[in-house]
Amino acid sequence: MSKLMGTIREAIEKAGLKDGMTISFHHHMRNGDYVLNMVLEEAAAMGIRDLTINASSIFDIHEPLIEHIKNGVVTQIECNYMGGRVGKAISQGIMEKPVIFRTHGGRAGDMERGASRIDIAFLAAPCADPMGNLSGKYGPSACGSLGYAFSDAMYAKKVVAVTDHLVPYPLQDASIDEGYVDYVVQTEQIGDPARIVSGTTKITRDPVGLRIAGLAAQVVKHSGYLKNGFSFQTGAGGASLAVAKYVEEMMEKDHIKGSFCMGGITGYMVDMANKGFFDTILDVQCFDLKAIESIRENPKHREISAMRYASPAAKSAAVDSLDVVILGATQVDLDFNVNVHTDSNGYIMGGSGGHSDTAAGSKLAIIVAPLIRARLPLIVDRVLCKSTPGETVDVIVTQRGIAVNPRQKELRDRLIKAGLPVRDIRELKKMAEEIAGVPRPVEMGDKVVAQVLYRDGTLLDTIKNVAEI
Amino acid sequence: MLFLPGNTPNMLINGDTLGADTAIFDLEDAVSPDEKDAARILVRNALKYQDFSGCEVVVRINPTDTEFWKKDLDAVIPLKPDMIMPTKVSGGGMIREVSAYIGQVEERSGIEKGSVKILPLIETALGVEKAFDIASSDGRVAGLFLGGEDFTADMHCKRTKEGQEIFYARTRLVCAARACGIEAYDTPFTDVEDMEGLRTDTEFAKSLGFAGKAVISPRHVDIVNEVFSPTEAEIEYAHDVMDAIEEGKRQGKGVISLRGKMIDAPIVKRARQVLEMEQAIYGGGCR
Amino acid sequence: MKILKNAVAGTLESSDLFIQIEPDDTELVLEIDSVVANQYMDAIRGAVLETLKEFDVSTGKIFIKDKGALDCVIRARMETALKRGGVEKE
Repeated sequence: MSKLMGTIREAIEKAGLKDGMTISFHHHMRNGDYVLNMVLEEAAAMGIRDLTINASSIFDIHEPLIEHIKNGVVTQIECNYMGGRVGKAISQGIMEKPVIFRTHGGRAGDMERGASRIDIAFLAAPCADPMGNLSGKYGPSACGSLGYAFSDAMYAKKVVAVTDHLVPYPLQDASIDEGYVDYVVQTEQIGDPARIVSGTTKITRDPVGLRIAGLAAQVVKHSGYLKNGFSFQTGAGGASLAVAKYVEEMMEKDHIKGSFCMGGITGYMVDMANKGFFDTILDVQCFDLKAIESIRENPKHREISAMRYASPAAKSAAVDSLDVVILGATQVDLDFNVNVHTDSNGYIMGGSGGHSDTAAGSKLAIIVAPLIRARLPLIVDRVLCKSTPGETVDVIVTQRGIAVNPRQKELRDRLIKAGLPVRDIRELKKMAEEIAGVPRPVEMGDKVVAQVLYRDGTLLDTIKNVAEI
Repeated sequence: MLFLPGNTPNMLINGDTLGADTAIFDLEDAVSPDEKDAARILVRNALKYQDFSGCEVVVRINPTDTEFWKKDLDAVIPLKPDMIMPTKVSGGGMIREVSAYIGQVEERSGIEKGSVKILPLIETALGVEKAFDIASSDGRVAGLFLGGEDFTADMHCKRTKEGQEIFYARTRLVCAARACGIEAYDTPFTDVEDMEGLRTDTEFAKSLGFAGKAVISPRHVDIVNEVFSPTEAEIEYAHDVMDAIEEGKRQGKGVISLRGKMIDAPIVKRARQVLEMEQAIYGGGCR
Repeated sequence: MKILKNAVAGTLESSDLFIQIEPDDTELVLEIDSVVANQYMDAIRGAVLETLKEFDVSTGKIFIKDKGALDCVIRARMETALKRGGVEKE
């Protein structure tokens, strides 16, 4: 038998793509991904219509989607994150059916439970053999971990791997094995390596970001969790990464050995593990070249699936064993609800990703963000979109003070005792408004352009269109 | 003491949040000549409309041999910054000139005369040799500040991390400042990445008698604060000393001892300094 | 007072604004483009108009690209632009 197809079109035909089907993609090619665009272009050329796209994330490179939506090729999108280009068009109301946002764990969980069904998964595979053993660790478009692709491979009715690096059978170090894969297509390029990963991820130089990071690290220190066996997740953003640096300095000083670090992995976390600060790296996605090299060569650096990472449908997931996570926010409200889906004008430009998964699973979820960002206060009466429920958010760290969720009274007392600038969240809001002025509330339109599902599949919030002024 | 570029709104607005006891708004080196006017107005407005009450404010003005320094003072003195930092100070005459002009602006804007202090930046060989002259030149002088980078350039020597080349300047400055009963502040450590080097350098400066140290990166603030802060043991001991004195007074004792050691005047003085620092660092400050 | 010559002030960095001014003898043209227009347009316009009033300027062309500057920054950049444009305070 041969799984090898000559072209994407041939694979689409073989897999039986028809009007109204749901096709899925993972986002490990990030903003360098060619596969989603190639498949849709082919489908459009074949005259196929009414497709639902289930992609773990949509990036700016997927801008051609907008045309496919307007032409009726794509009539629904499901994703965990959506970049600003496509997001803006969605917010302007170009689509009839609302976008369905999930979390990284929720997407995997919904597939596992059968609540989300995929007809055909098109998996970008940086390395594949002719029988469909797949890896992200090798090849010119290497992305490292293929964490978000596992559920697609396991639960889609048909699975098409698209690769630009075909190796002889068997690919020794496969992440996804041939048992799940129906067809393999070789193409010239599946992505733009420069945009798949960053060369190196750097710590912010912004003094305010550093200040916030320093305070967040103090919160970690005095939370009581920073001891042997400590587990930690932080994002790749400059300020989040700076928290890691300060935490590392504390671990070194107090001779603390952590158990694992997790998440999107950067070279910085790799270095921390290599220096012995963590025993294990649990990696659902690699953010830079150093992380890719490490996952290929370092046995402590483990690739995990989105299910293992964060699925609420699994008997347990790694987020349930996580001590501390550092997260960002565009808005936080007085109930500690966090918005990472829209900007302050209500345009979609993000998504939960693992935000609410890790907030829910971890013992301590810390939000780091400037109190005022280009005049806009972080803290508002009501977030424009509830991405992560306030019940799961513990601490907000800004350069002008730290707000602790009233549910965490003991933690609040600890931080006050440590001399940290703990303030009531209302006080922080007032402080910002005294500096920047009170912002005029943003009026949203009447049309629902997106539904935000919580990790358990329940409806958390809806996003309305932006009324053009 | 953290340097903030004078023409960068985001830095000025957040200057009081970065953990330093003192924010130094820089109108000199951090601002290009054709933006001097803009920075001057911006710093003035920041001082006027923003609340910097949690933080000491210093404005570094342009050198007295430029056309800018009087305009700098015209703009900022009415807003009563805590201190003005004149640069490349090489003698008491320069301080008296700046002080006289500050006095004029104070009078013009109805501020109590002498309320704005001066923190001379000493960064030339001549300035170092005249440190005592500078320190004693005017009642406004509240401290001396060493600028190691320009100084070593003037000395035709290389600035190193070890700082052997500025050892003389450091000790001379501290001695001149102490002789006049004012503070001395050390030059910044310029490698933003090298935290160990920063700690060593800061500890050394403290051991020479400096009261503080400038930083050019907010990342350096915490380590410098930590080094200059009294340790918990020191604070506890200082409290014990003061308690013992109180107790002694109540009992009418002439000679007071603590932990088997007589408490003499220098010990009391040191204890008072520690408690003052405790108050300054933990009892408010920028945080 | 009138704006005597073209001038610019400010930058396009976040929390700053960029202002271009041009002389005009007959009318006041004020164009403001701001990343926080929805939330703060009234405040921005207010700060600009007040500064013009302070300098007794009633005509001229003023083009602003605002990147989320606070009022005190808007006033500072306006003052800088006006002074560079030859306007002096009475």
